[in-house]
Amino acid sequence: MSTEVEAPTTGRPATTAPATPARKRKSPYPYWFYLPAAVIFGVFFVVPTFSSFFFSLTRWDLTTYEFLGLDNYVAFFQESALITGLKNTLIYAVVTCGLKVVLGMLLALLLTSQIIARGFLRSVVFFPVLVSTIGVGLTFPVLMDPSAGLINKSLALIGINGPAWLVDPKFALLSVALVDVWKGVGLATVIFIAGIVSIPREYFEASSVDGASAFQRFWRIILPLSRPAITTVIVLALIGGLRTFDLIWAMTRGGPGFTSDVIASVIYKQYQAGFYGLSTAGNVVLFILVTGIVFPLFHFLTRREVDL
Amino acid sequence: MRFAKLCRPVPLLAATVACILALGACSAGSLGSNDEGGGTTLNFLVDNSEGSTKPAQGLAEAFHAKNPNITVQVQQRPGGADGDNIVKTRLSTGEMTDVFLYNSGSLFQALNPQKNLVPLTGESWANQVEDIFKPTVSVGNELYGAPITSSFGGGILYNKKVYEKLGLQVPTTWTEFMANNAKIKAAGIDPVIQSYQDTWTSQLLVLADYHNIAATDPGWAEKYTAGQVKYAQEPAVKGFQRLEEVHKAGYENKDYRSIKFEKGISLLAAGKGAHYPMLGVVVGNLATSDPEHINDVGFFGQPGDDASKAGATIWMPAGLYIPKSTEGAQLDAAKKFVAFVASPEGCDVQSKAFPPSGPYMVKGCELPADVPAAVKDMVAYVKAGKITPALEFSSPVKGPALEQITVEVGSGLRSAPDGAALYDKDVKKQAQQLGLRGWE
Repeated sequence: MSTEVEAPTTGRPATTAPATPARKRKSPYPYWFYLPAAVIFGVFFVVPTFSSFFFSLTRWDLTTYEFLGLDNYVAFFQESALITGLKNTLIYAVVTCGLKVVLGMLLALLLTSQIIARGFLRSVVFFPVLVSTIGVGLTFPVLMDPSAGLINKSLALIGINGPAWLVDPKFALLSVALVDVWKGVGLATVIFIAGIVSIPREYFEASSVDGASAFQRFWRIILPLSRPAITTVIVLALIGGLRTFDLIWAMTRGGPGFTSDVIASVIYKQYQAGFYGLSTAGNVVLFILVTGIVFPLFHFLTRREVDL
Repeated sequence: MRFAKLCRPVPLLAATVACILALGACSAGSLGSNDEGGGTTLNFLVDNSEGSTKPAQGLAEAFHAKNPNITVQVQQRPGGADGDNIVKTRLSTGEMTDVFLYNSGSLFQALNPQKNLVPLTGESWANQVEDIFKPTVSVGNELYGAPITSSFGGGILYNKKVYEKLGLQVPTTWTEFMANNAKIKAAGIDPVIQSYQDTWTSQLLVLADYHNIAATDPGWAEKYTAGQVKYAQEPAVKGFQRLEEVHKAGYENKDYRSIKFEKGISLLAAGKGAHYPMLGVVVGNLATSDPEHINDVGFFGQPGDDASKAGATIWMPAGLYIPKSTEGAQLDAAKKFVAFVASPEGCDVQSKAFPPSGPYMVKGCELPADVPAAVKDMVAYVKAGKITPALEFSSPVKGPALEQITVEVGSGLRSAPDGAALYDKDVKKQAQQLGLRGWE
């Protein structure tokens, strides 16, 4: 994950590089020093990437293949679940990303203020991040059972007739998204806390001398100065949301019917059915989609950051 | 990370295979050293349903008792689409266990048998296999599997006590069936149990309707394989319409969307629901979950339009296969094990381990006299010759998304004609991926 965040960051010094041209001319390390990493990168990342581009053009049973041209892509785009999947993926990514940013920021503000048991509360918020996704995905359906689940029973105590969460097509996707937020907000909070804590104290001191209100302090100091943290959270959450699979699969399997299918689960079903070439084509499409959304977004966000 | 995501199947697969290899090597090795005769160990992969593991375990023990130098180790895998995935992947990578249990019919065809499996045509037991079963594990003239476990009906399981109490007759037409449902609902009992949390259970009203399709048009399966007839047309669309009718009439149990199969079958056994469109194979589960109610559950074939053609759709037993990766002494031992399974002795061992759900497909096999009521109902259909093997045994064409589509139709999210048309599209995709002729 860190490679994604860091790759453009290392790119930034390059734009200001003319100051240190010597660095470009000669690396401090001999070339053979890079070899082990290059071999690993080549064997496990470059080769599979290019071979998957190739196999996406074939009818493939893992050992033999037959070249089909673009047929798999045609079949994948005709897949009726794909449109729902695409729509759901975007909804899911935007909802989880938005909520993680907003809730994460609110929690970070709370947890950087002078409250009792701050360290303990920080761990509590982070705890769900450490729990296995599949474990969460198996526990929540039990809690969310429309009649016997803890959530609806608790709601019934205060007179609310809870929705059928995962089995109601109107709520299924959002229910999973909420669980995802619960599980992921801790990471966003920790990144925000790091961002807020690294803001130099002088700004706060100066602002209190000038008589700034708490809201002004947030709006004029914390928010602009934690922009790198916000960028990181948005990008991570968005990528996570766009390629989400494990939680959805564990909780609804894309159901009821096709109503909570996302692109990754549509692809997985092709793989499950033994349509290896077709599902590889789907993965290539997902790759292009994620890159197509995240790359420009990242550049947009980091440019704003540089302007600052 | 992005790159890793893109090619996830490959490293994941490699890792899985490596683990399986390591595990396999480890257990076989340690067992070999413990075994005083230094005999052979056969690994035997079965799906994790009780109906498969119990007979498999029984067979493994009985076979070892008879052949002390061969030990059979039963390994489990998940069922359903996940299981298909595992079996296909392990076959493709040459890491399949020495013998394995897998569906016969269309799923068997999808394993690429000529390439992956050892032909068993010349084995001594081959002519003891019932003729109705042979085509479901054959490609061309070669036979690749032996029947394991018993056949079973697919149709409506019903609660006999409820029928008795309300004075109902087993329906022979769909109209009668719906009339019974109306009376059952009026008596405050859920007429039709559905359990969509286990999506596979939603397909039955469509799949079990196949006897009615074949009764109307006996050549339907061939035309279907050739791509000439579709589910969106009469008579096949009726299955989807029946599913829709049940939902529209409000005959499903209230929590049909959130319960699983186990809950569904116990509702039926307890008489809280009257009908459960289901595979007869589940009757064996009642022996452990609700033994006191097991004989309250009966079976009838899914009714169609014509009472004179009423009958049941029958599912063939699974097949026992040997992959090409099994060689040498292992292969001889594996063949011996398969021969044992496909013998009347093997049938008896299976019956003792798990209640059979219908007739065995090996000549000379007898069912025990104390089989559950639903199995007796099923056997009556077989004896009367009023059975049709399900479509998956007459045609290799089966779409992978049927269970999601039937959930949508059965929940009122999609209309019957729309669902049938979508299934036709799904089937077309599968036929193209299999490279069948007539579907390009």
